[in-house]
Amino acid sequence: MRFAYFSAALTTFALSLVFSIGLGLSQTRAYVIEDHRNYTWPGDSSILRIISTADVNVFEPIIVEFQRSYPGITVDYTIVSSTELMTALYEEGASFDLAISSAMDLQTKLANDGFAQSYRSDATDALPKWASWRGQVFAFTQEPAVLVISEAAFEGMELPRTREDVITLLRDNPERFSGRIGTYDVRISGAGYLFATQDSRNTDSYWRLTEVMGRLNAQLYGGSDEMITDVASGRLALAYNVVGSYAASRLADSPGIRILQYDDFLNVMLRSVLIPVTAQNPRGAGLMIDFLATLDTRAGLERLTNLTPVKSDLYATNSASRPIRLGPGLLVFLDQLKKEIFLRNWANAIEQQ
Amino acid sequence: MRFLLVEDNIQLASAVVDRLTLDGHAVDHADTISAAHACIAAASYDLILLDIMLPDGDGRDFLAAHRRAANKTPVIVLTARSQVSDRVGLLDLGADDYITKPFEFSELEARCRAVLRRQGGVADNRRSFANTVLDSMAATLSFDSTERNLRNRELRLLEIFYGSPGQIFTKSHLMDRLFSFDEEASENAIEVYIGRLRKKLEGSAAKIETVRGLGYRLVAVS
Amino acid sequence: MFWPAKSSIRRRLTVQLLVIAAALSLVFFLIVRVIADQAATATQDNILLASATSISDALYSERGAVTVEIPYSALSMLGTISQDRVFYRVSEGGRTLTGYDDLPLPDVAPRAAQSRFDTFLYRGETVRSVAVSRTVSSGGSNVDVTVVVAQTRLGLALISSRISFFAAIFGVLFFLVATALSLLAAQSALSPLERLKQSLQRRGAHDLRPVQAELPDELTPLVDALNNFMGRLRASLAQSEDFIAEAAHRVRTPLAVVRAQAEIALRRVERPENKTSLREMIRAVDESSRSAGQLLDHAMVTFRTDALADDEFDLAVVTKSVCDHLLPTAELKDILLIQQFPDTPCPFRGDAILMQNALRNVLDNALKYSPADSTVHIGVDSDDQGYRISFNDQGRGFGSSDVASLTQRFSRGSNVADIVGSGLGLTIADEVARAHNGRLEISSNPKGPGACVSLIFPQP
Repeated sequence: MRFAYFSAALTTFALSLVFSIGLGLSQTRAYVIEDHRNYTWPGDSSILRIISTADVNVFEPIIVEFQRSYPGITVDYTIVSSTELMTALYEEGASFDLAISSAMDLQTKLANDGFAQSYRSDATDALPKWASWRGQVFAFTQEPAVLVISEAAFEGMELPRTREDVITLLRDNPERFSGRIGTYDVRISGAGYLFATQDSRNTDSYWRLTEVMGRLNAQLYGGSDEMITDVASGRLALAYNVVGSYAASRLADSPGIRILQYDDFLNVMLRSVLIPVTAQNPRGAGLMIDFLATLDTRAGLERLTNLTPVKSDLYATNSASRPIRLGPGLLVFLDQLKKEIFLRNWANAIEQQ
Repeated sequence: MRFLLVEDNIQLASAVVDRLTLDGHAVDHADTISAAHACIAAASYDLILLDIMLPDGDGRDFLAAHRRAANKTPVIVLTARSQVSDRVGLLDLGADDYITKPFEFSELEARCRAVLRRQGGVADNRRSFANTVLDSMAATLSFDSTERNLRNRELRLLEIFYGSPGQIFTKSHLMDRLFSFDEEASENAIEVYIGRLRKKLEGSAAKIETVRGLGYRLVAVS
Repeated sequence: MFWPAKSSIRRRLTVQLLVIAAALSLVFFLIVRVIADQAATATQDNILLASATSISDALYSERGAVTVEIPYSALSMLGTISQDRVFYRVSEGGRTLTGYDDLPLPDVAPRAAQSRFDTFLYRGETVRSVAVSRTVSSGGSNVDVTVVVAQTRLGLALISSRISFFAAIFGVLFFLVATALSLLAAQSALSPLERLKQSLQRRGAHDLRPVQAELPDELTPLVDALNNFMGRLRASLAQSEDFIAEAAHRVRTPLAVVRAQAEIALRRVERPENKTSLREMIRAVDESSRSAGQLLDHAMVTFRTDALADDEFDLAVVTKSVCDHLLPTAELKDILLIQQFPDTPCPFRGDAILMQNALRNVLDNALKYSPADSTVHIGVDSDDQGYRISFNDQGRGFGSSDVASLTQRFSRGSNVADIVGSGLGLTIADEVARAHNGRLEISSNPKGPGACVSLIFPQP
């Protein structure tokens, strides 16, 4: 029995190896790149190739500081969406030294299905327990899903503290919020899907809220950025489940917006990093992981990037914080049947015309 | 002198008795401890010669009983046992001396004499002849109120003559009495001692006369 | 185990206890490991089964098709005990509904409400899997659906190795404690033997009383045997002494008879040839009685020097008593004994009887070889070095004979053939001196003719 399985597994492995090499040689890549930067280190240097979902303006200061700390490393930085990152690594076997993503479920799946390498250092050992998984996935920032509102739209109204507050507010003021509610289109946004599934897991209010938002003709977005822009411009009165760090980075240039944290529970998404099995410079990747894991010791970077490093006292700052747990639980919502059903329910709730 | 001989070996006993009798002593013989006790109860002795191994007990037990009874009669033990094991015990039990079998009679005599001397002597230790007196205990010869000391052999030689005045003693007889058998003494040695004795007797009414071809005898000067 | 018969009981006992302790430690370690492995496996199996069961419970039929909505807890529960990789597959008759479609299904699907556990290699790692089956009625017909949930065993191995580590530590600790206790046990088990040994060592050489130490039952036969043996030895020694005494008696008494009668006969016979033969006879009797006496004395001396008595006595007093006893013998030859003793006592430890015998032999010798009318000087000197007891006679000395060989058994001077003697006198004195750490010194008399024999003892 075992032999049969073993040889089958071996054959599969060998075939897939041949297949992927064949693919790599004959085909151009199929995943979509949003942006690409190369931070060249003059002279002799090793290359660290990063595939990431983080925007250049967020991550560039980190790369610059990293190169200052560890000279001699040229950083090749490719920005993709979280689904494209999955496509590149999971399906196409693209070679990168480091994968950085806020899509915790996908990062977990990469590690679970054997596409990540293990890494261990003093820095990773110092991370809080909930901030790493299998010694392969390491979280380095914590990003709460927040409510961004337009101050003008809420003039004279009490600000909502919980999801129930939001439901009541929307039900009571349909004319004020109709067409002015923004949220992720979870069918295209990985972060949106993650927040939505975690919401649905944590509270029954989620589906009622989704229905209410659907009735009020909620606008669907692919990313946080546009939602914040629309809130700032007044097109939206509120945006539900926006990544906190993006909102915070926009506070300065977007007057009139405000960030609200829920009091019932606050999903905290963890931005994480892993070393793909295809890595060619795992040493350099390890250095970057150490650098990211010790981000909390670099206050300057924290200001520049508006990222909040993982902190072991997460619960102390906000008792409603729920860091989304890395681990096999996240695989559930990646199950194709589960996802189909969830998305179908979601679509039914949000699109009621 | 009167001896008690306690000895179970009849031949040895009779030899000792013979010999002591020859020398003019009175000897009672007991062959068991009980007989010895009977003798002591019946008579008084100058000296007891005691064998150790007796048919009805150990001579040492007799000795201990003898001493407990506060009997002052000196005891010389005749032992045939190893010299190493018994000796100390014998003296501790109150023997005055011991002699190992087989013994030379002259040594027995000497020990008897030594023991008696320590005791303070016996009544009949003097013999007289003519105007001379021989004191065996004091080892002196006296006449005309003069006293002459005698050496051991001189005394023993005189004792032979005083024991039987007028009797002729051959040189060889005297040699046997005077010298031990492992001494290689010549008959001339006897002449030397006779010469010494004649000097000591000079001026007295006794003299040792040479009987040509036969030997010597003690005679009174007429 | 094979031990050389001479190896120590303590070592034997200790090694055996240690081997037992080591074996027990190992068994303990192995048992803990096996139990730990089983417990860990059972724990994993239980969670796997719960997971698979909750998935199978979530199966339902919708529009004629079997579908499943995997509960969040089904997989998250697997993440609670370890960070192992998780795989699952829901298949309907070989067709994968969802999950990892390369995850192997069991050859024979388990029957409803039953489960099948398996361990195999999957995606490069050993996984533990469980398969459960459930029949779902769909579109009017029953469909058998198999749910397989698998998990890698890293966490399990981790738990197992941690338990093994602690089991090993406890095993080693157990072994160390057992070692200490073994040593103590061996010590205490052997302490009666130690007591017996000391009780035997403390007693003197002539102490043959039965051992009466408080000893455990196991040693009773040994002690009984020992006491029995000592009893026999005591009897045998007493017999030996009795035998020597008896032998002396048996030999000497008839000799005494012969000698006494010969002496009397000598006084009665007149003819010179008869006298001569009687003298020869007496000499022969003397010779043999003296030989027998010295042989028996020597036997007793040898017997006693093996186990020397430990008396306290004064050397001068003993020497004087020897002189006193031999005084009548000396007087027979008109030999003068001149004794010189120190004013202070001469305390000494040793065997008084042997000492007396040795001194008597030396003085006896001196008297025998001295001519009539001579002098023997007896002196006891004491200084820081020790004691010297010397006997100076005016006899013929040792002539040309080898002085060192005189102390050997039956050796006599070459110039004394005419004197009765067995040659054991000086041998006895020499042996006694040596038994008391001393020595016998023989030389020619420095003050004129004769010999000087000295017994020299170091200060005790």
